[in-house]
Amino acid sequence: MSAQTETTGKKVGWTAVNILVLLYAFIPVVWIISLSVKGDDTLNDGNFLPRNPTSEAYTTIFNNADFLRALGNSIGICLISTFVALVLGTMAAYAIARLDFPGKTAIVAMSLLISMFPQIALVTPLFKIETAIGLFDTWPGLILPYITFALPLGIYTLSAFFREIPWELEKAAKMDGATPYQAFRKVIAPLAMPGVFTTAILVFIACWNDFLFAISLTSTNRARTVPAAMSYFTGATTFEKPTAAIAAAAVVITIPIVIFVLLFQRRIVAGLTSGAVKG
Amino acid sequence: MSTTVAKQDVTKQDEGVDIAKRRASEGKRAEQKLGMLLCAPAVVVMLAVTAYPILYAIYLSFFKADLRTPDANEFVGLGNYITVLSSPIWWSAFGITMFITVVSTSLELALGMLLAIVMHRTIVGRGLVRTSALVPYAIVTVVAAFSWRFAWTQGIGWLAGDSAPLTEKWPSLWIIILAEVWKTVPFMALLLMAGLALVPEDLLKAASMDGATAWQRFWKITVPLIKPAILVAVLFRTLDAFRIFDNIYVLTSGANDTSSVSIVAYNNLIRGLNLGIGSTMAVLIFITIAIIAFLFIKLFGAAAPGQGRS
Repeated sequence: MSAQTETTGKKVGWTAVNILVLLYAFIPVVWIISLSVKGDDTLNDGNFLPRNPTSEAYTTIFNNADFLRALGNSIGICLISTFVALVLGTMAAYAIARLDFPGKTAIVAMSLLISMFPQIALVTPLFKIETAIGLFDTWPGLILPYITFALPLGIYTLSAFFREIPWELEKAAKMDGATPYQAFRKVIAPLAMPGVFTTAILVFIACWNDFLFAISLTSTNRARTVPAAMSYFTGATTFEKPTAAIAAAAVVITIPIVIFVLLFQRRIVAGLTSGAVKG
Repeated sequence: MSTTVAKQDVTKQDEGVDIAKRRASEGKRAEQKLGMLLCAPAVVVMLAVTAYPILYAIYLSFFKADLRTPDANEFVGLGNYITVLSSPIWWSAFGITMFITVVSTSLELALGMLLAIVMHRTIVGRGLVRTSALVPYAIVTVVAAFSWRFAWTQGIGWLAGDSAPLTEKWPSLWIIILAEVWKTVPFMALLLMAGLALVPEDLLKAASMDGATAWQRFWKITVPLIKPAILVAVLFRTLDAFRIFDNIYVLTSGANDTSSVSIVAYNNLIRGLNLGIGSTMAVLIFITIAIIAFLFIKLFGAAAPGQGRS
């Protein structure tokens, strides 16, 4: 009896703690959503939740050419960067996980250095170099630094996943008469895909999150991504900023990622921790 | 006689070994070649976009280079370094960056540990807690920063009321730290939780039998065992916090003495178009990060991730 009350008590306690975690995680998100649906009449009432929600702000931004352009830039630039970083990263990670060759330690050390590199230290020289060779304010001008900072993350996460793959299966498949291509396609690829997919999510989020390169290496809406465009939504002073429009843009670029992360929660946790802890 | 035979045997054996060795080393050479080929593209890209620009920044830092007068570049030796290192703006930004780095990393370690323990131990809704803890990680830093900024904006915000904290130095700094901590505690917690999973339950149970309190078990068993995970997480976060830019840019744009070194360097480049000074700051920031990383690894023996496994 007393043991039972003890577990009930524990459950209540843990539930309370869990609710605290949920509040911590969701309050800023709910607030920005709430702001985005407040109309002009209630925008300045300071309430946490909207009184009479409206979709005005969303209509505004989806009729705004600059925002649509920025959204296209964000999606295009991040997808291309993710794809290239994954291809190069997979090749390097496979070599690091499976092959023995000189310079391997140096490559791992170099990726580590780059992942800790202060991006601002690159912005100044890159600004000058990109202006000189005509890459400033273009897609490739952002894709290049994104790939560079995505590669260390990709190489780490992928090589951690690749180390876990039972590679003997490949040999076994070949002994059973499979061609090397079949062995790769039917045995190794299915085992490697979850790791590659998880890494793709992490890399995409990292690119999607960038702000410093996006505002420093662009000057028009040709290549400006949404985080940078948001800070340029017009309004001469702090108080004239179109609050609801910024909030709506924020929601638009946030919700898809949040849903994606929630769907693949387990894999993302595995990916985020794989590179870092076992060492 | 017998010795000659034995010798011949030895040479034959040697030949066999030699052939085997040669074959093995051919295989080995092919493996090495493949390994280097596979890594080459990644290495080339990483070097081209980091090593070359940083060398170029070092070169530029010795010149008076202003983008408004591109033809008037002039070698000034250490002149730019003297200008920056004797500038109160630089030192104020350096102090602010250090302050934010130390305070937010400490808070993140404490809160991250709490969150890690909750995610590791909770007996109800574990999946829900782990999932929702990922939300701050998934949100673009700029978006979260805008959320905090509006929340503390006079008139609009639910937290502000009649005050305008983002117009004063210290309230602004605490809000910047809040934004930074909110966003990165989950990442810290995940790294620590992976460490917690490696602590053997039996050990904790045995200590509990011997009368150790939860507090003692945490400090005497858990912490020493997950020390590598803690050091890696803290090292990562320290270096990351030192680069702070997004949150400050959105929350205050560096007004009221809240600039970090990244903000000051950015302003010199984009607003001031002063390439020489901007490069000098870039080099100084790079050196500072290198010193922090070096101290961490020397003092605490933080092992780099990936080491000892390859």
